[in-house]
Amino acid sequence: MSVDDRFTSDPASLRSDPALGTFSEIVRGPVTDWATDFSHTDEEWAQGAIGIWDDLRQRCPIAHTERFGGAWLPTRYEDVAAVAHDTEHFSSRGIIAGNFRPPRALAPVGGTPPISSDPPFHHDARKLLLPAFTKNAVSRHEESTRAFCSSLVDRFAGRDVVDAAADYAQHVPVRVIADMLGFPPEDGPRFRRFVENALEGIDLPPEERLARSSSLFEYLLVQIRDHLEHPREDLTTYLLEAELAGRKLEPAHVAGTMALLLIAGIDTTWSAIGASLWHLAGHPEDRRRLVAEPELRPTAVEEFLRAYAPVTMARLVKDDVTWHGVEMKAEDWVLLSFSAANRDPAQFERADEVLVDRRVNRHAAFGLGIHRCVGSHLARMELRVALDVWLDRVPEFSLADSAAVRWSTGQIRGPRALPLRIG
Amino acid sequence: MRISIDRSLCQGHGRCYDLAPDLFGADDEGYSALLVPDGRVAAELEDDARLAADNCPEAAVLLHQDALLQDALLQDAGTEEAAR
Repeated sequence: MSVDDRFTSDPASLRSDPALGTFSEIVRGPVTDWATDFSHTDEEWAQGAIGIWDDLRQRCPIAHTERFGGAWLPTRYEDVAAVAHDTEHFSSRGIIAGNFRPPRALAPVGGTPPISSDPPFHHDARKLLLPAFTKNAVSRHEESTRAFCSSLVDRFAGRDVVDAAADYAQHVPVRVIADMLGFPPEDGPRFRRFVENALEGIDLPPEERLARSSSLFEYLLVQIRDHLEHPREDLTTYLLEAELAGRKLEPAHVAGTMALLLIAGIDTTWSAIGASLWHLAGHPEDRRRLVAEPELRPTAVEEFLRAYAPVTMARLVKDDVTWHGVEMKAEDWVLLSFSAANRDPAQFERADEVLVDRRVNRHAAFGLGIHRCVGSHLARMELRVALDVWLDRVPEFSLADSAAVRWSTGQIRGPRALPLRIG
Repeated sequence: MRISIDRSLCQGHGRCYDLAPDLFGADDEGYSALLVPDGRVAAELEDDARLAADNCPEAAVLLHQDALLQDALLQDAGTEEAAR
């Protein structure tokens, strides 16, 4: 492929003009009542989300807030599953609940297909990606992931305390996705900034958010052009050559999917690895058992995914609707907290306990319905390998300072600072 | 026991082929595919089949316990008929 005129203009052509979207007033200040004024950007949410969901599930169970231009938070498994399966009333045009709503005209494709897409477009956009993310396909990355995890542990030499979030967990998905997309591994630190901008910057002023997201698309365009000149066996070249209905993908589709693949796997997997290590650091009986019984680890991984599911997605209400007893308005957000659903005692026995040998575990950590996380097999592989390597090489560890553990705010939940005493 | 997959529900979570690899495999897109003819489950794999069904997030793995009973009844009827 010598000439591809899809990517000759500037980065702005790779996404819709954000000015066509809508911005709602940014409401700051502490939450007054979690049932009527919740905020997933509140520090109390970061530290105590599980307790907040448990409380709301009993007394609400669908919380509301006027913040973010209006948003709902179902906390029961049944309600979360119902929203996830209902693409008639709920759109994926917006998936990060904040003060910006993408332009309506973006539906059904959305800015980052297929996660942002609605039927019927969604099906074909997703189908393009599925073969690259099957269990079999991702197993090809297992050996290099294991070697990389091991190299991270090598760097612990001579230290008593390491930050399991910043020095270990965060690097694993960054390296794996850079490898799959064919981006230079040394660019990893830049990906972290892109992720922060997309997922954690939701209370920033609009102009600042826009400037920050431009830098992502500028970066992607550089990578795209490099791949057009030097095609190779990776996801970027695959997307550049892929066709839908006999036509190459729209440039915004290519760049949007690349943005999705880059961003969606990083904070999420980082969070899952970190939360699992956090649990094991605080529960020596579970830690010792998994060190001694490696065959139990895959079962434990599922339980960590249930109990500390990192991902909450969002939907936009399509039209005014009375839904499970509440009056939802068009363009309201609905937070799809798979994490809260996974803690519902109506769905799980001993829902509030972490049982590393739980055999029956129909959890929803990777979502439900047509938007099931396309990277779930990759995330499971990374989580399993990262825990394997850690437990085999660092079998003794504990929380160095529980007050220094810091959890994220926003829709992706996991430890961002996790000092552990090792050895 | 027999098993089947409700294709309208399967989303490719892959719990069944993780937990019961003798009964379920994956197609090229990661959706579940039955590995046993007619969904017939050998007695020693019945626990695996239950595990797969109990862990499917979409409840797409279906167990048909009564198939066994029906088979037995049909077989009995057949034997009776043959005897006559």
